[in-house]
Amino acid sequence: MYDIAVIGAGVIGTAVARELSRYNLSIVMLERDNDVACGTTKANSAIVHAGYDASADSMKGIMNAKGNAMFGDVCKELDVPFERIGSLVVAFTEEDMETLEGLLENGQALDIPGLKIIDSKAVYEREPNLNPGVRGALYAPSAGITEPWEMAIAYAENAVNNGAELKLNFEVKSIDKIEDAFEIKSDKETIKSRLVINCAGVYADQVHNMVATEPDFAIHPRRGQYFLLDKTTEGFVNHVIFPCPSKMGKGTLVVPTVDGNILVGPDSQDLGLDEKEAIETTGDRLAYVKEMVSQLTTKVPFREQITEFSGLRAEPDGGDFIIDWSKSVEGFYNVAGIKSPGLSSAPAIAERVMEAVVELLKPEAKADFDPVRRPRIKIEHLSDDELQTLIEKDPRYGRIICRCEMISEGEIVDAINRPAGGTTLNGIKRRVRPGAGRCQGGFCGPRVLEILARELEMNPIDVKHEGEDAYILIGETKA
Amino acid sequence: MKKHHELVCIVCPMGCRLTLEKDDNAPKGYIIEGNVCKRGEDYAIKEMTNPTRMLPTTVKIKDGFISRLPVRTTEAIPKELIFKAMEEINAVEVKAPVKCGDVVIANILDTGADIIATRSMKQR
Amino acid sequence: MKQVDIVVIGARPAGLAAAIEARKNGVKDILVIERDRELGGILMQCIHNGFGLHVFKEELTGPEYAERFIDELSDMGIEYKLDTMVTDITPEKVVKAMNTEDGLMNIQAKAVILTMGCRERTRGAIAIPGTRPAGVMSAGTAQRYINMEGYMVGKRVVILGSGDIGLIMARRMTLEGAKVLAVAELMPFSGGLTRNIVQCLDDFDIPLLLSHTVQEIRGKDRLEGVTISQVDENYKPIPGTEQTYECDTLLLSVGLIPENELSASAGIEIDPTTSGPIVNEAMETSVPGIFASGNVVHVHDLVDFVTAESRRAGENAAKYVLGQLKEDGPVQSTEAGAGVNYIVPHVIRTSNIEKDVTLFMRVGNVFHNAELVVKADDKIIMTKKRRHMAPGEMESLKLPVNKLPQTDAVITVEVAEEVVQDEKAS
Repeated sequence: MYDIAVIGAGVIGTAVARELSRYNLSIVMLERDNDVACGTTKANSAIVHAGYDASADSMKGIMNAKGNAMFGDVCKELDVPFERIGSLVVAFTEEDMETLEGLLENGQALDIPGLKIIDSKAVYEREPNLNPGVRGALYAPSAGITEPWEMAIAYAENAVNNGAELKLNFEVKSIDKIEDAFEIKSDKETIKSRLVINCAGVYADQVHNMVATEPDFAIHPRRGQYFLLDKTTEGFVNHVIFPCPSKMGKGTLVVPTVDGNILVGPDSQDLGLDEKEAIETTGDRLAYVKEMVSQLTTKVPFREQITEFSGLRAEPDGGDFIIDWSKSVEGFYNVAGIKSPGLSSAPAIAERVMEAVVELLKPEAKADFDPVRRPRIKIEHLSDDELQTLIEKDPRYGRIICRCEMISEGEIVDAINRPAGGTTLNGIKRRVRPGAGRCQGGFCGPRVLEILARELEMNPIDVKHEGEDAYILIGETKA
Repeated sequence: MKKHHELVCIVCPMGCRLTLEKDDNAPKGYIIEGNVCKRGEDYAIKEMTNPTRMLPTTVKIKDGFISRLPVRTTEAIPKELIFKAMEEINAVEVKAPVKCGDVVIANILDTGADIIATRSMKQR
Repeated sequence: MKQVDIVVIGARPAGLAAAIEARKNGVKDILVIERDRELGGILMQCIHNGFGLHVFKEELTGPEYAERFIDELSDMGIEYKLDTMVTDITPEKVVKAMNTEDGLMNIQAKAVILTMGCRERTRGAIAIPGTRPAGVMSAGTAQRYINMEGYMVGKRVVILGSGDIGLIMARRMTLEGAKVLAVAELMPFSGGLTRNIVQCLDDFDIPLLLSHTVQEIRGKDRLEGVTISQVDENYKPIPGTEQTYECDTLLLSVGLIPENELSASAGIEIDPTTSGPIVNEAMETSVPGIFASGNVVHVHDLVDFVTAESRRAGENAAKYVLGQLKEDGPVQSTEAGAGVNYIVPHVIRTSNIEKDVTLFMRVGNVFHNAELVVKADDKIIMTKKRRHMAPGEMESLKLPVNKLPQTDAVITVEVAEEVVQDEKAS
């Protein structure tokens, strides 16, 4: 029997598992897909918000402010890219300027560092590509950008390195409380655990309701669609650019990514409770994104788009994060409704969960807990001498597989063989980027497939694109 | 019977657009226009009477650098035999080393055309 | 730093021909760098015939065509490196490359010939809405899996784009046992060679849906179906014309893009119409001593033209190294006139032309019984009748040097005659 079962290996679930792995507790992460970060975590704006927009007495506000402050150290430990590029909430009207004042006030109540309102001249100095008519902006130097799936992957790897277990392809079908333990069943397996931490994203309500006598909360999906632009557009904007926020959320943004691309989006579209798999992009909403962003800037180089994607936010009916023990089930902890600023809050949320569990179980801290993840090698960032030495040690670092992103075979092999490593084409794409560049896997796809098959000792026909049923090849020719 | 036909010649990548008028007085039974070279004329007649096609494909190969060897027919074979020819070719497995031009199947389906390798492949 | 007279980037049809021609023109010290595991590149997976009609007066398959050049390169003893990636080229012609054996290399070249070819346009670039399942891939990737690795990529196939690669794959997949349901083409005319419509689609009763596009992709893990709609004159889907096709594979053949990332880092000026370097009659780019030819300059349909262009580049790169290229004399720029999309080369220096210069171009529409009219400034210097021209078939025009003026001038080529709007194949 496990001490803790974490349901959902997105950025929240993996963060929770990693924090709990500081203690002598047996932990298992249960993930229904065949890789971590397959849900909301892999399809969002990748922004670490400064935290001025959620009210200071909400869980969102508190967690965001705290999480943002922790982000730098966590990313350093886990070797996750993170850049505090700062953000601008741009005001075009008098009303907008008033909104900025409100955000500033709220931010100051939360002790957000460095917040200030800057004038139009200062805005254009930083962001010449914005539309004319900017009156001013709220500048938040502590806002940043990161790689959300890499964070989940890193959290998972570190958790596993510190003794936690990761079960992929485990879709929770039923949860029963039997005496003091939970019996959790998938189609193939049953596990038992003393406590359950529910981090199941858009399905958190359904997971809770498997065992709860009263549905505490409901989660409905709110979809957001994005455009991703080629690295040639790097520098189009230098900060995270927000319009003034509305009821539906933070609005359609222009965001640099840590890899040098530009993200445009998302829109905000409420979907039904039965549409939790509706992750397709749609022509009309993508067109809407283009329309909305033209209010910030009409110069977006859409000609350089390399792909579009969509993600589902877990929208709680109460509006705020739900981070607490279940009201009706003892030993069941809900971490639900973690929509924006979920990513930014992740380190703080995980800490809060950890504290709650520690208070209850009073476990012993691990003497040999290692918070540091072995850094990944990116040959793009090595000096010529460093790279030469590396190739002499392991020649696979001398063979470039992905020309668009300059990724070597050595890096791909490492991404496969680490704990919580990649086993699918998209899993490798998320970890080391072949397939994320301008040819979108056209050239490197067959090579990566070959390497996966070789390293995992699989038949190439069994290598998947993403999910368990996403086979790429159907068989040999002339079979 | 149709008197007037329009065809695109496929003998070479030029793709001349041909017109054929059935005319029993004409030397080959048709008046053919639109071809840049004589092969187009021959092709047009053939296409009306006994259409043939070149067949490029691959064959299984053992011990080679990759597992498929590209091959083709040495001349065009009757169009209606294409899928049967594929069956014959798919049943074969050759062994490296192979030289470009090597005969993989001689006189396939009694058409007079051979199946030849279109590349050399060394032994792995 | 290693010193080499001429570095050729890419050992594929363009690079091989350029290297061989450079050697024939007197330069011995040549290095060809290729990222794949064997010479020949993309030709090795183009197992269909249609190559070599102009160059060898024979119709060969891709691998056969490549092998002629590979053999010649080996016979000449020209040095090459395989499994080696060029990562950077500086305007000073330092070529940075890496592989598993040599590690990192910095090579100072006297001349560089860029022959990196092109890549396929992707689904993301054309923004097809829907889910992102397995089973959606570019036609070239499918071609590699099927022809070289020997794997089938699907059973029920829809192809978007009637470019040659898409048409060829329609036949290939049918021959290997798949069912190809349709080829959808956004334009009102096909993008590929007309012969391929006949032998790849008509022969197998595969419908060609002109003025159609894929509007939606469905399927969770693996593709389950697509929706195809007719489009209007602005290429927007017409509501009410949607048709669903149940398929497990969608192949994309929606265009090729010259791969000029290295060219950009060398500071070479790029023509936005071709997406390739601006070149002169010697196939030299805006950086002296850096030459380019083949698909990296502009996307070709016939490898024979690639070879011709590359031989010119190789010959002139050799001349450059030997100090024989003339820089003075009249400079003429070419300009695409009515009906023409672009012309390569962009610049002509008549003092470097012995007999004639070949202009390669593409027209913007389908023309029947038209004329290509060549003007120097506003004076007509040549006309050539053409029975049939289409955007999918590159045109070449030999311009004798004695027809060109002896001064700087602008040479325009335009199309004179009627346009056929709804062109149907055969």
